[in-house]
Amino acid sequence: MIPELGLFALLLSLFAALALGILPLIGAQRNIPAWMAFARPATSAVFLLIAVSYACLTWAFYSNDFSVLYVAAHSNTRLPLMYRLSAVWGGHEGSLLLWVFMLAGWSLAVARFSRQLPQAMVARVLGVLGLVMAGMLAFVVFTSNPFDRVLPPPAEGRSLNPLLQDPGLVYHPPMLYMGYVGFSVAFAFAISALIAGQLDAAWARWSRPWTTAAWIFLTLGIALGSWWAYNELGWGGWWFWDPVENASFMPWLVGAALIHSLAVTEKRGSFKNWTVLLAIAAFSLSLLGTFLVRSGVLTSVHAFASDPRRGIFILMLLAIVVGSSLMLFAARAPKVSLGGAFALVSRETLLLINNVLLVVAAASVLLGTLYPLVIDALGLGKISVGPPYFNAVFVPIMLPILVLVAIGPMARWKHDEPKAIIGKLWPAAVIAVLAGIALPWAAGGWNGAVALGLALVGWMVAALVLQAADRFKKPGAATPSWWGMQVAHFGLAVFVVGVTLVLNYQEERDVRMEPGDTVNVGNHQFKFLGVRASEGPNYQAWVGSFELYRHGRLLRTLHPEKRNYGMGTMPMTEAAIDVGLTRDLYVSLGEPLTADKENGAWAVRVYFKPFVDWIWGGALLMALGGFIAISDRRYRLSVKRAAALAGARA
Amino acid sequence: MNKFVWPLIIFVALVGLLAVGLNLNPREVPSPLIGKPAPAFDLPQLANPEARFTPKEMQGRVWLLNVWASWCVSCREEHPVLIEYAQKGALPPLVGLNYKDKREDGLRWLKRYGDPYLVTAFDADGRVGIDYGVYGVPETYLIDKAGVIRFKQIGPITPEALEKKILPLIKELEK
Repeated sequence: MIPELGLFALLLSLFAALALGILPLIGAQRNIPAWMAFARPATSAVFLLIAVSYACLTWAFYSNDFSVLYVAAHSNTRLPLMYRLSAVWGGHEGSLLLWVFMLAGWSLAVARFSRQLPQAMVARVLGVLGLVMAGMLAFVVFTSNPFDRVLPPPAEGRSLNPLLQDPGLVYHPPMLYMGYVGFSVAFAFAISALIAGQLDAAWARWSRPWTTAAWIFLTLGIALGSWWAYNELGWGGWWFWDPVENASFMPWLVGAALIHSLAVTEKRGSFKNWTVLLAIAAFSLSLLGTFLVRSGVLTSVHAFASDPRRGIFILMLLAIVVGSSLMLFAARAPKVSLGGAFALVSRETLLLINNVLLVVAAASVLLGTLYPLVIDALGLGKISVGPPYFNAVFVPIMLPILVLVAIGPMARWKHDEPKAIIGKLWPAAVIAVLAGIALPWAAGGWNGAVALGLALVGWMVAALVLQAADRFKKPGAATPSWWGMQVAHFGLAVFVVGVTLVLNYQEERDVRMEPGDTVNVGNHQFKFLGVRASEGPNYQAWVGSFELYRHGRLLRTLHPEKRNYGMGTMPMTEAAIDVGLTRDLYVSLGEPLTADKENGAWAVRVYFKPFVDWIWGGALLMALGGFIAISDRRYRLSVKRAAALAGARA
Repeated sequence: MNKFVWPLIIFVALVGLLAVGLNLNPREVPSPLIGKPAPAFDLPQLANPEARFTPKEMQGRVWLLNVWASWCVSCREEHPVLIEYAQKGALPPLVGLNYKDKREDGLRWLKRYGDPYLVTAFDADGRVGIDYGVYGVPETYLIDKAGVIRFKQIGPITPEALEKKILPLIKELEK
């Protein structure tokens, strides 16, 4: 009964979303206030209906209702409750339901926090969001119904993919989806502004906090995914340039470009067309990512079951949404005013270069991701593009960005003198050279790549200090936007430290170990004590014991595991990691090499990973910077005024 | 022309490409072994560890080598098809390769789902599978009278694949 209720709510939400997508848009065009006023309540209705549907599916998982095919395929009674509830988005149908649920959540947030916006704008933005929701809901209802029944119901469900039975599953996909889907708001603002023909500073100011919010979620989602891969897969890597990772990284890059370009549009009125195009691109890449992940056109470690019908449907959806947006753009863009002029040396120019570099980086990732598909489509064979391509292309594009990130905030809007900029920044250049020469020696041996990486870090950090000194000389307190920028840029520097050091100084050993053996890695020793059998709630495990020593002193004992979830699935590797501020020590169990597993030899992999946690720390700081920037009260100023007015009237 | 049309043009090209890509299967890697002699091996039989099987025994006949395992879910889907066609007598000699399995599990599986195989070779550590380039189970190889691999089916054999590709090819090879 409850699953039917869920399906019913889902169908109703499709109709409600269609109504939301049609009436307010017409109302805004024809200036019919009642139709425009329909947008807010309709958004709440769509949200509530999808929430009911989502709750019904969650209930089916909670109560182990295996008569629902999706539940039977992704859960069983022995699965711990936390994973049963997060298994809702462990498969295709449920994760799409989560996708639209979040879209409805973002729409509701726009409806609630848009009191200061003109009514026509609200109607258009919510209407565009309604159309996108209607498209995604139709996709769920017609090709991926999560409430399909199976008769007779099986006594026990299959299981959730063991790879997904990790706390990472609980946080990673929702965060990532929040980010993906959040770009729909910036997209809806851009489309509404195009329809209305009003691309102005107000539009840019409204878009900014929403774009930054989506970007924060995406940053956290990607960082969590990377951290999950590091912990769960037992490969010791943190980024694999896998197509699905790339699918999330492309909107991130374009979103970062959009954040910077919106700043120019708000402050100087320039780059309007470019900003609109970026807003369309960021959401299009989110949709493209959904398509790539869900259609199975690419091979990936995130190998999801694919169904060609779904692929065609979502490709059509992509074509309609993005195609119509770009048509609108082509029709309206030529009439948009150019905005404030700027000189060759100015903050605008530097931000333009930043934008171009970020977009080129995203394009190079897109090319590498789709290249195997292109070659295959042309009948030229099967190839795969791996990390060597991405590292060779991506890193050189990012290096100039790291140089510019120090200069941009120092330059004036409109026009600046190169001499003035050099005059302010030369101490940072000195520090960069010193850091490039001295730090690699201290870190463990001179190496060109490390010297370059650390010189750039010295440059960025010194520039941040100089920018702060420059800022505090000026009158008035620094705004949260300024602080947010500084924190996010500092996060970028921290990230570069992590990447540089871990890539160049990590040590890795694959060894055969018998109980009592020790292995040396990065000034630490692992002593293997042996392996014992253990039983988890729904798996059997071999648990290894390793003592970790440094200079002969016992630090702690680590317990990596090899888990077998049965049912013919691959055994899962649970690495054990001793986390430290300046290094991680990582040990994972390979295969048993002798018949006697408890006392015999095992293949063991140990890693020394210097500064690896700085990678995720840097990402967290970037997200924190975004968070600080959103807290700027100028985004809510008119809300307060409106509230004061309403209060006076009452 | 209006330069703002370019994003649209690029996008249309991209959609066209994705539409073509949708009809391709990225997992279907053509086997480099097609047209090459089937790798030799010498393995114990599943039912009788004392007896052995080598592809040489099949010399002069067109035969199928079907890789399966008791832990493989798609094999369960494929199995009724193999049994149906074997009972009809439509198939040439069918040899099983029980891949990375436990002997008792494999035997139990055959008892439960039926045994269409002339003989099943037991490849416990998967060495032979590596020689044949097996990367997903089930896979099936069609080998001709001279011992050359002529066709490889990746994934379960479907009646459609049998009727359209495999059986006509077998007829031709048996001439």
